Amino acid sequence: MEWIRLIGIMIVIVGFAMKLDSILIVLLAMIATALVGGLGIGGLLETLGSSFVANRSMAIFILIMLVTGTLERNGLVQAAGSLISRVKGATPGKVIGIYGVMRGFFAAFNVSFGGVAGFVRPIIIPMSIGAVESKGAEMHPEHLEQVKGMASGMENVAWFFCQVLFVGGAGAILVQSTLADLGYDVELLALAQKAIPVGIFAIIVGIVYYNWRDRRLMKRYYSNLKDKKGDA
Amino acid sequence: MSFFTSADFTLGQKLLEVIFIIMGLVTLYTAFKNFRDKNNDEPLATALFWGLLGIVLAFGRWIPDKVNGLIIILMTIPAILGKVKAGTVEKPTELQMEERFQKIGMKIFIPALTMGLFAIIFAIFTDLGALVGIGVGVLVSMILLMVYDRRNTPTVFLNDSERMLSMVGPLSMLPMLLASLGAVFNAAGVGEVTAQLFSYVIPEGNVNVGIIAYALAMMFFTMIMGNAFAAITVVTVGIGAPFVLEYGADPVLIGMIGLTCGYCGTLLTPMAANFNIVPVAMLEMDDRMGVIKNQVVPALCLIVFQIVYMILFK
Repeated sequence: MEWIRLIGIMIVIVGFAMKLDSILIVLLAMIATALVGGLGIGGLLETLGSSFVANRSMAIFILIMLVTGTLERNGLVQAAGSLISRVKGATPGKVIGIYGVMRGFFAAFNVSFGGVAGFVRPIIIPMSIGAVESKGAEMHPEHLEQVKGMASGMENVAWFFCQVLFVGGAGAILVQSTLADLGYDVELLALAQKAIPVGIFAIIVGIVYYNWRDRRLMKRYYSNLKDKKGDA
Repeated sequence: MSFFTSADFTLGQKLLEVIFIIMGLVTLYTAFKNFRDKNNDEPLATALFWGLLGIVLAFGRWIPDKVNGLIIILMTIPAILGKVKAGTVEKPTELQMEERFQKIGMKIFIPALTMGLFAIIFAIFTDLGALVGIGVGVLVSMILLMVYDRRNTPTVFLNDSERMLSMVGPLSMLPMLLASLGAVFNAAGVGEVTAQLFSYVIPEGNVNVGIIAYALAMMFFTMIMGNAFAAITVVTVGIGAPFVLEYGADPVLIGMIGLTCGYCGTLLTPMAANFNIVPVAMLEMDDRMGVIKNQVVPALCLIVFQIVYMILFK
């Protein structure tokens, strides 16, 4: 049975689906595959050692951390908050959209503002509530629930698809090393360049979709308010 | 030492090795600090993990492969047992950050963007590589921060990076372990067997069908595993290489977009708890699936866009 060699793939899928410890899953899959694939313990240690050392560039985030914590200490999140609070004629959809552009741009430079806990909750949600209240309405709880979901969605979409634009990010390095094992040598810069259209498209989809949804929600919950919100 | 004086290696390789040594030293400092930390419940196990990792990062090049392999296996033991802990966390307070912001203001964005900028500049204009660019960018960024505020001493940078590293914990090593898993899969011939299996489903030689299968497999495997990094290793070895790359498609495009196809899966699954479930709790939402529901449409638009993009530009 040749198929026994796929036992590692099975272990990875089942293990992650069962929420076992990720490092344990990878280790088990590695050991099982090495044994059934004829590498033996010696071959396993050798492949593991050489590949881990060859992929040390994936730990470049450790070097980057030399400044991320201190940037935070020196008011990076506050500066970002002050930047986004300059939005004129805000609606929740507009605040989320502009946050998406900002988040995407900075993601391409590997700069994060603390995600949902550090930015969306303390800055984006209060700004959205403020935007509705400035139109003379109390924010409807169901609208607020949707705005929370949309803001988290924009956060994820912008971060995922723009973070790969950072030349030397972990994702691209993993792709580079996976391809190298298969015999294809590729450059980090080239990888990031290929991701540009996807990054731009992701931001546009986020802005258009969340603005459209928010406008419909605004209409549904505050239709008694007679002001036009055609600008988005 | 002979490595650094030898003419057989490029300057870029040597500088990269210097960067690895610095990364290793930061990691060893994390080990040391946690070992002496009275607030760490598992000082010994935590120090063991970071210490062994620091050794492989800094000196792995000069250690035989098999010994490196052994060190890594040893290193995973405290991690698997859940004994790698964060000790004292000296987070800056809201008040401190606000006060610094008043002092420094929007100028803070300059050092923030420096690393990314240097990575691009070095990748385009030098043959030293993007990673050396990041290293120089980090240095420039630190100098700028020191100029802005004299309280940003080298100790502050070191302690802040220790805080971040301890907070992220051993899972930060997962991508490197997954890359090694991919290497083991390859050495064991997993690709050939999967190719045989999938050849019943995917018509041989039809690259477009291969691309669609690869993209969808990335999305679905990521949904099951909750992790695109785990999926890319498995799916590229099993489907990407035999059904797409074999037929001459551009590996840069296929590899990179394959990963982002996986991210579409991340948007759709409660398995990616950090992105989709934890925010529900943090924002006190009523609907446990409230974040995922808001991501369905963008995820589906993106997967279609990416499949078309790969087919058109392969």
